[in-house]
Amino acid sequence: MPGDAGMGDMADLNERALAKYRNDFLREVEERVDEGHWVKMCMQCGVCAGSCPFGPHWEHSPPKIFLMIRAGKREAVLTSDSMWMCTSCYNCVVRCPRKLPITTIMHGLATYAQRLGLAPKVQPTRDFSIIFWENFTRTGRANEMRLMLRLWFKEGFAAGVKKALSMRDLGLAMLRTKRMSPLEILGGHGVKDVKGFQAMIRKAKEIEDRRRGLSG
Amino acid sequence: MADTKIAAYICRGCGLGERLSTGQLAKIAEKEGKAAIVREHDFLCSEAGVQLIRDDIEKQGATHVAIAACSRRAKTEAFHFPTVAVSRANLREGVIWCQPDTDAAREATQEMADDYVRMACDELKRMKVPAGNPDAARLRRLLVVGGGVSGMTAALEASKAGYAVTIVEKSGALGGWAAKLWKRTPAHEPFREPADTGVAALVAAVEADPNITVRLASVIARTSGAPGRFSVDIAAESGATATEAFGAIVQATGFTPYDAAKLPELGFGRSPNVVDQAGLEALARAAAAKGGPIRRPSDGGEVKTVVFVQCAGQRDDSGRHLPYCSGHCCATSIKQAMYFKDANPAVDTVVLYTDLRVPGNGEDFYRSGQSKGVVFSKGQVSAVEPSGDACTVRFRDLILDEDTAIENADLVVLATGQVPNAGVDIDQVPQDEPGQWRPDSRSVLNLAYRQGKDLPLLRHGFSDSHFICFPYETRRTGIYTAGPVRRPMDIAQAVEDATGAALKAIQAIENAAAGRAAHPRSGDLSFPIVRLEGCTQCKRCTVECPFGAIDEDEKRYPVFNESRCRRCGTCMGACPVRVIAFENYSVDTVGAQLKAVEIPDEFAEKPRILVLACENDAYPALDMAGMQRRVYSAFVRVIPVRCLGSVNTIWISDALNRGYDGVMLMGCKHGDDYQCHFVKGSELANYRMSKIDDTLKQMALETERVASYEVAITDIERLPRLIDEYAAKIGEIGLSPLKGFG
Ligand code: SF4
Ligand code: SF4
Ligand code: SF4
Repeated sequence: MPGDAGMGDMADLNERALAKYRNDFLREVEERVDEGHWVKMCMQCGVCAGSCPFGPHWEHSPPKIFLMIRAGKREAVLTSDSMWMCTSCYNCVVRCPRKLPITTIMHGLATYAQRLGLAPKVQPTRDFSIIFWENFTRTGRANEMRLMLRLWFKEGFAAGVKKALSMRDLGLAMLRTKRMSPLEILGGHGVKDVKGFQAMIRKAKEIEDRRRGLSG
Repeated sequence: MADTKIAAYICRGCGLGERLSTGQLAKIAEKEGKAAIVREHDFLCSEAGVQLIRDDIEKQGATHVAIAACSRRAKTEAFHFPTVAVSRANLREGVIWCQPDTDAAREATQEMADDYVRMACDELKRMKVPAGNPDAARLRRLLVVGGGVSGMTAALEASKAGYAVTIVEKSGALGGWAAKLWKRTPAHEPFREPADTGVAALVAAVEADPNITVRLASVIARTSGAPGRFSVDIAAESGATATEAFGAIVQATGFTPYDAAKLPELGFGRSPNVVDQAGLEALARAAAAKGGPIRRPSDGGEVKTVVFVQCAGQRDDSGRHLPYCSGHCCATSIKQAMYFKDANPAVDTVVLYTDLRVPGNGEDFYRSGQSKGVVFSKGQVSAVEPSGDACTVRFRDLILDEDTAIENADLVVLATGQVPNAGVDIDQVPQDEPGQWRPDSRSVLNLAYRQGKDLPLLRHGFSDSHFICFPYETRRTGIYTAGPVRRPMDIAQAVEDATGAALKAIQAIENAAAGRAAHPRSGDLSFPIVRLEGCTQCKRCTVECPFGAIDEDEKRYPVFNESRCRRCGTCMGACPVRVIAFENYSVDTVGAQLKAVEIPDEFAEKPRILVLACENDAYPALDMAGMQRRVYSAFVRVIPVRCLGSVNTIWISDALNRGYDGVMLMGCKHGDDYQCHFVKGSELANYRMSKIDDTLKQMALETERVASYEVAITDIERLPRLIDEYAAKIGEIGLSPLKGFG
């Protein structure tokens, strides 16, 4: 999952995927991406693109992504920032006349791109995902305080202070309502069996990788 | 008219009694209408009211009945008296329902009703009960031209209904194009897999049917006659000709694939690996016969990539190829891609389309193609470049908006369209002069009809039908088209089409036997009668009849074929010397009505506007306006006409001479997307009216005094508005200066 494979590993995974699927990116997606087998069923009607609240901000709308997959445009798809724009509102899924699970496919593609190290480097959704994942896999619980600080200060100290000031009201409100504790900064609480939890996550990843043919 | 006895009935029901002085109407019927019997009744369409009329006919000897009540379109069953002439004064929809119920409006409303009663009585005096069609004949035999799926289906359906059928097929075998397919697109649930064509079973059923005679390797050398009595020369390739008689004809001559040789830019003719859809079927059949996969034609190599190019030479706006979509080809390409995918899922099949169109249940089939891994890309192909055993297909990707290409295609299949086998275009190939008729080898039917040897065409070479209301009809009564000769279609549609055409043909046989008209005047027993002694041999009727019903004898006189006639009256409208008439509809019956209207003098400030309204669309729309109580000017007097084509210009000059202030003509839409129930009637009327300006100028009248409108049956709101606008216009230009001279 994000962050826990080294750059070398990723490049290696990508090389192996390329060798395995050659030009057949569609098959690669079908086998390795969540719900990827649905990609071929898109009929390019554009209803999803028209329904997406973020529609205008996507470089490639979902039907374009699907078409690009069918046309074998592997690199363009996996390095695209489009899938990362999905906010999981599920508008498209509800409306797609072909019943494609578009949201799941988008997240699947994003995850796969991240695994292969092809995901775009400066992408807020991706950054947040990584920070969030690292944050909560540490103890098995999300640590709002640390999560917030990491997010605010990820672009350096000055930017962090500025952002903290601008978000002051929200932060104070969360403290007041006990949605966030300042003590969390010291390490915070976690699940009872942190070791067991981390072993579970490792095992899940192993199974998932095997199922997707990513384990080597 | 010694034997004429007019009976007039004034209904007081439906509010007529409250809104109108029916006593005054009765007096008008008696004094001006010269009715021998005049009765008012509280509820005329009731059993008692109808019995009253029936008694007068039977016991009092009434020969002509005027019913002043509701529209002629209402209560048709109650007021059906087939032994006498009947006219209807439309006092309900046409008067009280379209006029306001106010004291101020009362006088004008009554004047309208007075006039309609006068008109009904005067029309009646010129009417006769149709004596029946002298051309009636019944022959319960059907000719089917073409032995493909459409033809065989039509034959089997007609046979099931108890009619004998002869199929004439040009080639040496039944089956047509469908017999050349390996599989067809599915016609049944779940619409997922290519299916057996079913042709063998169809051929077996035809061959086993004792009602059906098949003449192979034969063509039609001559067709003459009319529904109920067609006489057809069937010429066999061997040289023998047989003459047979039929009651009706179904033309199911199918299509020819568009010539792919006209598409060199798509590689056709430059590599054997570029084929059209028919070519791929042949490859598939050959492969199946050998029991192996479809191989690359150039070298028998393995096929790894197939590209299907949709709309090849179709939907073309450059004017070089077919401008239309043939409808079946997207589904056909999906089917053909499955030929490969089903045999070996590893074969890449790409369908390049601009719009994927899969009518009927094709969506399910499309989805099935996608699940099987057929790739669909929205792209416009610009070139297919063969080199060696492979082809490069260049196209513009319309989603990604970029030029791209598929290299190494082993096979390229071009989805070319259907070109109808409709024979000769009679607008281009004139009929031989009378007495010099010769068959034309390019013709399908070789009709001896004066207007030409084949069915009239509409667009793109497909035969003309009334595509909105009567799709199987052609413009030749008793001859029906079915299948792709009528419009592009697939097998499922052709089967449906052929079934419909067979039933229409049977209907034509029975109508001809009873001397009745086909729709839209179904059941009408009147027919055009010509007084040949007055005829100037101008040929207008022969040329203008939309249905080619009129031939010409060697002395150039018109020869009417009543059973081919649809009773539109276009000939009557055309005849400059007015020698054509129906017993119940003529220059006189309409002329008498418009003359019956009282024209107030110029000081009364009451204009009169004559409305000649098509009975198929405009008149019902006016009735519906009345039903919805939409108010329009009380100055109009409406006369229904069979078709605007039946309007003789004499009516217009008569009306203007009598002091009408304006004439509105309301007919159906004309042009390529016509809605005219008689196809050409409104168009001809429009043409004739374009010349009326000269007449108006000669009469020193403003050109606005005659106005034509294209009206649809749905124009319920628009019509009252048009009428009021026109009345206002008349108000502006002032009353006619001709009042008091007529
Ligand atoms: S709505 Fe569904 S079928 Fe239409 S373009 Fe989007 S994914 Fe494709
Ligand atoms: S013009 Fe109309 S009425 Fe006259 S012969 Fe032809 S079909 Fe009959
Ligand atoms: S239109 Fe009248 S005058 Fe002319 S050929 Fe026909 S019947 Fe005769």
